[in-house]
Amino acid sequence: MIRAREERKTEGRHPTMKRRELLSAIALLALAAPSLKAAETVRIANVIELSGNGATVGNMWKNAVEMAVEEINAAGGILGRTIEITHFDTQSNPGVSRAAVQKALDLDPYVVLGPIYSSSTKVNMQLTRQAGVPQIVGSEASVITEMGNPFVFRTSLSQAASMPKLANYIRDGIGARSVAVLWVNNDFGRGGRDAFVAEMEKRGIKVVADISSEVGQSDFAADVVKIRQAAPDAAFVYLHEEESARFLREARKQGLDIPLIGETTLLNQKVIELAGEAANGVRGHVGLSADAPLPSIAAFRDKFVARYDTTPDHNAIKGYLAVYTVKEITERIGGFDRQAFADALHCATITLDEEPGILIDTSWDAKGDVDRVSFLAEVVDGRQKIVGTLPPLGVSCD
Amino acid sequence: MSDVLQLLLAGLATGAIYALAAAGFALLWQTARTINFAQGEFVMLPAFFVLAGTEWLGLPLGLAILLALVLALLVLGFLFKRAIVDPLLSQGVLPVVIATIAVGILLKESVKEFYSAEAQPFPSLVPGGTLDLAGAVLSLQDIAVLAVAGLAILAMQLFLGRTRLGRMMQATAQNPEVAVILGIPTRRMVLYTFLLNAALVTLASILISPVYLAKFDNGETLGLIAFIAAIVGGFNQIRGAIAGGFLVGVVDNFGAAYLSSDYRTGILLLLLIAVILLRPHGLWGRTEERTV
Repeated sequence: MIRAREERKTEGRHPTMKRRELLSAIALLALAAPSLKAAETVRIANVIELSGNGATVGNMWKNAVEMAVEEINAAGGILGRTIEITHFDTQSNPGVSRAAVQKALDLDPYVVLGPIYSSSTKVNMQLTRQAGVPQIVGSEASVITEMGNPFVFRTSLSQAASMPKLANYIRDGIGARSVAVLWVNNDFGRGGRDAFVAEMEKRGIKVVADISSEVGQSDFAADVVKIRQAAPDAAFVYLHEEESARFLREARKQGLDIPLIGETTLLNQKVIELAGEAANGVRGHVGLSADAPLPSIAAFRDKFVARYDTTPDHNAIKGYLAVYTVKEITERIGGFDRQAFADALHCATITLDEEPGILIDTSWDAKGDVDRVSFLAEVVDGRQKIVGTLPPLGVSCD
Repeated sequence: MSDVLQLLLAGLATGAIYALAAAGFALLWQTARTINFAQGEFVMLPAFFVLAGTEWLGLPLGLAILLALVLALLVLGFLFKRAIVDPLLSQGVLPVVIATIAVGILLKESVKEFYSAEAQPFPSLVPGGTLDLAGAVLSLQDIAVLAVAGLAILAMQLFLGRTRLGRMMQATAQNPEVAVILGIPTRRMVLYTFLLNAALVTLASILISPVYLAKFDNGETLGLIAFIAAIVGGFNQIRGAIAGGFLVGVVDNFGAAYLSSDYRTGILLLLLIAVILLRPHGLWGRTEERTV
């Protein structure tokens, strides 16, 4: 009887213990689940101009980033991890961009993408540098990579690389002996103006008008009159996209009849859409173009149009290849080590054969500057037409 | 000399658009004691009504503009008066001012949210091309804008000064109590004033958006300049506000061309400060007096 009672006691305890063990196991699993989930994803922060004067360029970048992220995740992610992308709006304001990057860093991202506006990048890249987080930007001001920041990397040619090519075109292609310069008064515009004027001086081309304008400026009537007063052979226009469109409309309205030369921003597809017929005849140098004579870029353009019902511009190409740069370099280093990523991207070259998502063979130098082929273009009948291809300058990693 | 002519014409053309917005400012103040700090956004919004008509509803441009006018009259005229101004006016000027600031933010953010944060091309109703005059290359578009806006201002002045309805609106603005005694339906006159302002800002929007592009934050610049124009010209005189608009357009252009394009807004603000200090009722405004 005693044994029976003991057995009954044992029988009574056994299911309870089993239940307790089961409950403990479930609790452990529940606690472990978030970290298991986190181990399966990699966080990337996209800090970009989603509103304000830069909304046009920022939304192009963002849409292309999302497209790249979806493609990579659909193909298995990066080293088996799904990319978790979070967007932060800089409002095209440097102060806000700094706060946005801080907020992004609070999420402990692997890499930060953006912004595009150089004034914003200049301010917020101090934070990513302090945090040791690589930052892949769309900015073009030369100063970005001259501040000794080992964690910042470009997606487009810097002004220091573009302006010599453009200057040669003005001298040899246009045959201009005098130019007027119209530039936007911020880091991007000032840097471009300084680099451009220096190149003009080297080639003996006189700068007969040097006109600054404001970010977001709406009325360019006085600027067009000033250019006409100076009677240059050509005008170099270095503004942001919306301002470029407004200027072109005003120039057409007032019958300004000299070659209008620009860089990638002036010949941007969005500028062409906004300026309409006023953009026809604009010429210049473009570092990246959705109309580049490359099958990879044509395929990207078709995908983008099918998805977003709008033609991508160079900012979309930059955003797209930024994500694939993260993928390729991470796969090369075999892990998610930020310092190793930065070290590996310096002096790296990614070719189309290695990673088709890069869209165009690209090299980075020791400062994070990009080197690749670039193009001469002209706007004809509302489309950017590539009229020449220029070779890379050749990076130095000594 | 040719450059002066070009700058003058361009300044007058832009100034005419500012004059439309500034006249609306003055109208609302005089008739309803309303300082509308959303006036810039009022000029921004009708362009998006037009774009919504053409892009979303597939309407031809003419019909879209008509739709925009109807919507502007309804939203910026009738609804604005009934929902915002009427309930708050008895509380004094300050609550109305604060409410209009909020309305401006609401309109701006609504366009950004429901249409786009990016600039949009806007079709021009007036032809392109240039005219050579005394060596100056004059834009036909500027001439047309000046003509259209000028005609609208003239029509408004004739309406207010030469029609029975216009005179009743003026009487309501000058002395609402006496107007009531005279049997003028003052509440209806005030409503007509709001509707007239809605029509003015719609015209200003259609004329300026081809040049400025249609964008949700256009109101910030336009509102500031319209406010400066109204104060400089004379807030209590519609003619003053109109003249202020033209003056500001010309000063802005000449200042940018011959003084500094970096500080063009600063030049206008200096003008504003000078007028407030030296002639606070505006260059063409009426001296305001009250019995002590």
